[in-house]
Amino acid sequence: MMYDFFLDLFGNEILAAIVTGVTPLLFILLFVLFAVWLERKVSAHMQDRLGPMRTGWHGWLQTIADLLKLIQKEDISASANDKPLFNLAPILVFAGSYAAFAAIPFSSYFIGSNLDLGIFFIIGISGLVVAGILMAGWASNNKYSLLGAMRAAAQIISYEIPTILVVLTVVMITRTLNLHTLSEMQTGYIWNWMIFGGPGTGLEKFLLIPLMFIGFLVIYTSTLAEVNRTPFDIPEAESELVSGYHTEYSGMKFAMFFLAEYANMYAVSAIVSALFLGGYQSPIGYLGNLIGVSWLVPIEQFFWFTAKGAFFVFVQMWLRWTLPRLRVDQLMALCWKYLIPIAFVNLIIVGLITVL
Amino acid sequence: MREYFSNIWTSLATIAIGMKVTFKHMFVPAVTIQYPDVRPELPERERNRLYVNMDDCIGCDQCSRACPVSCIEIETVKGLPTDDIGKTSNGKKKALWVTKFNIDFAKCCYCQLCVFPCPTECIYMTDVYEFSEFERKSLVYDFVTLTPEEREQKKLNYQKYEAEKAAEKAAVKKPVTPPVTEVKPKIENPPSTETQGENKVS
Amino acid sequence: MSFETNKSIEYKPVVKTEHMVLNMGPQHPSTHGVLRLELELEGEIITRVIPHIGYLHRCFEKHAEAMTYPQVVPYTDRMDYLASMGNEFGYAVAVERLLGIQVPERVEYIRVIMAELQRIASHLVALGTYGADIGAMTPFLFCFRDREMILSLFEMTCGARLLYNYIWVGGLSHDLHPDFVRKTRDFCTYFKPKIKELNDLLTYNKIFIERTANVGVLPLDTAINFGISGPMLRGSGLKWDLRKDDPYSVYHKFDFNIPVGEGKVGTVGDCWDRYWVRVLEMEESLKIIEQALDQLPEGDVTSAIPKRIKPPIGQVYARVENPRGELGYFIMSDGNVNPFRVKVRAPSFVNLGVMDVLCRGHMVADIIAILGSVDIVLGEVDR
Repeated sequence: MMYDFFLDLFGNEILAAIVTGVTPLLFILLFVLFAVWLERKVSAHMQDRLGPMRTGWHGWLQTIADLLKLIQKEDISASANDKPLFNLAPILVFAGSYAAFAAIPFSSYFIGSNLDLGIFFIIGISGLVVAGILMAGWASNNKYSLLGAMRAAAQIISYEIPTILVVLTVVMITRTLNLHTLSEMQTGYIWNWMIFGGPGTGLEKFLLIPLMFIGFLVIYTSTLAEVNRTPFDIPEAESELVSGYHTEYSGMKFAMFFLAEYANMYAVSAIVSALFLGGYQSPIGYLGNLIGVSWLVPIEQFFWFTAKGAFFVFVQMWLRWTLPRLRVDQLMALCWKYLIPIAFVNLIIVGLITVL
Repeated sequence: MREYFSNIWTSLATIAIGMKVTFKHMFVPAVTIQYPDVRPELPERERNRLYVNMDDCIGCDQCSRACPVSCIEIETVKGLPTDDIGKTSNGKKKALWVTKFNIDFAKCCYCQLCVFPCPTECIYMTDVYEFSEFERKSLVYDFVTLTPEEREQKKLNYQKYEAEKAAEKAAVKKPVTPPVTEVKPKIENPPSTETQGENKVS
Repeated sequence: MSFETNKSIEYKPVVKTEHMVLNMGPQHPSTHGVLRLELELEGEIITRVIPHIGYLHRCFEKHAEAMTYPQVVPYTDRMDYLASMGNEFGYAVAVERLLGIQVPERVEYIRVIMAELQRIASHLVALGTYGADIGAMTPFLFCFRDREMILSLFEMTCGARLLYNYIWVGGLSHDLHPDFVRKTRDFCTYFKPKIKELNDLLTYNKIFIERTANVGVLPLDTAINFGISGPMLRGSGLKWDLRKDDPYSVYHKFDFNIPVGEGKVGTVGDCWDRYWVRVLEMEESLKIIEQALDQLPEGDVTSAIPKRIKPPIGQVYARVENPRGELGYFIMSDGNVNPFRVKVRAPSFVNLGVMDVLCRGHMVADIIAILGSVDIVLGEVDR
């Protein structure tokens, strides 16, 4: 594991712990730089535009330029704001999404903390984001922000239910909450991934395939809602609520929300790929194993994991630039009338299959 | 129950159709241009900043009267019979010194109404569209080719001429003196430069 | 508020609640300009909507009294700036009726072509911004891409992209560019598949239908009572189009349909119907343009322009079918070069009046959908 590796390297427990903690942050920052640029380019090309073109090759330095601009900006806060909450909220939101990265296995070695309750921890700690958003909306003392925050709270909490139900479905098959073990179970080739019925064999596997597909669709939809992406970006809804709970924020505090949003996007994509698409496992075997260089394997795994996450992030962007936005009540109807019953039925059938 | 499943199906199907459309467009070349680097080709009838060719302007004030926002200000002084103001390109003899021809492009609405009544076609629209300024008063363009001293001179000349004429009239009441017809050659104004935007007041 | 203790207040055991008043606009991304909607909310449910207008008031009507007749034309451009050609058309029709002059055939045909191109351009903005209001940004940019092509056609003809000053009283400022007919035909062939693409991307999208069908239903009798016109009225199911019902110019020579709302996915007169009527109208406009290009006669476009417009004493009301509805000009002349009074019946202004009726009982998100389907242009509402 990563901590042991750094402990060997530095010989100091505190230093090793700090480095272990900072590594995901580094990853997040790099990923956000890339993802913001990607979002702009994807949207631009889908709309027959070119997007940023003036900072570096095809504008790849655009995010850094934006970041520099945001750092220079004045930190405006209105006089009617609830100052302590107002300042705490962006940090809390970011902390929530950052903490989730602790239990995400980037490769068999690169995992912040190999928790036995990994997936449970992630779902739990993500709840912190809701508190942060509510704080932001309330402390802004702005009606639009408050509406956005209330919507966000309602939405994120409701959509956690189908997410958890689908996670339970997977957990019933794998009998573990540890994401590392879960990923290890899906080793081998592409047909061992959970979406193709998992590592099992025989009739059970074939029965599981359609159910797993449904589960995958449900969890992808509900995680989309959890990170407030279109078609579920109701808390932000720039055409209705200006930009929801972060209307009043500017400068680095706004950047924190932005960072958290993109970090969250990756986090949920990572969870979906860890649960259904083999996590860090390669679909076609490892080059390192082939040529007998064992240290190459974790690097390859890291590549596969990042690639899967980035692919799902791309699909999120693709959906965002294709679809309109739902209304609040329709959003709730989708959750309670469609996703939860489907997830429940799915859960029961999978349960029956695993028992029998 | 059937509606329930058909809802799910239409949602998924229409989302897939929409995604197909946007995905196709990922590979369509962009229709936008990189503006400061690449410039759009303007059609020949482009209506942008006005330009006045003062060589041809006879100071008839028609453009100013046609303007719906009164952004053209013209002042003229009658030329002395001795002055040679020059001819327009279509052979008309000019009779007025144009001592003020200001166009305020902050007010101008680019409607082209001033262009059509001009008898000598000396006011026209060019294809210059980048002329932003930091101050509003910098957008007042002065098209007169005379120097400020010359303008004062022309005004004084005319006043003097008027005064002389009045004095003459008062002195000799009955016979009218034959009008002075000999034209004294006078140094002509330096030909105006064709480059646009150089003759503005800063 | 007084600080005296009010003894008459009786104790109420229930928690006192009040409606939240939310000011939507004048600086809001989807009020289409500087409209302020004062919303009374109960949670997210709307109990009352009061539109406040006047933030863009530029005294068009008073201004026109100080202008000569040709000078008013650039001002009419600036009312409904998304349909400038239509505004000029209406004004020209009104003044020509006042003067009693007949304009050449070619002028009428070019006017019709321009007005219909402008209708497509205007509807494209309406549909695109409607998509953006609902949350889909991509159709918005697709629509603007196609609109730019129409604007380029206008630019080629008269040199301006938005405020044309092209249709003058008695004629046109320029004749058509030699390339215009060919390029317009090219545009017609290019544009037809784009309508289908828009339908695929947005119109038939389930989420879009969910957001717009059965939302903001405008029954026909209410629509008539409020004096609604244009696509809104047709969306409610009445076949009323001034191009057919009170033909002006040469519209009687063309064969086209008047699409009406049928409640295809919801109730007749809902937001989706209004949207759909606009989509269909674009197709009809294409038909008119193609016919007009085929029949385009030769002639001089400036021959009938009067040197000095000085109408006899009298008054006239002329109306044209603008993209947003019935645009009417009431012009009173006292025999001078300036009009004595110009009154404009602006379709957006009249259509906006029905907002309160449409919005009650809906949610905040629906306000955006309804306002987008009413399709106002604040330049015209405030004038």
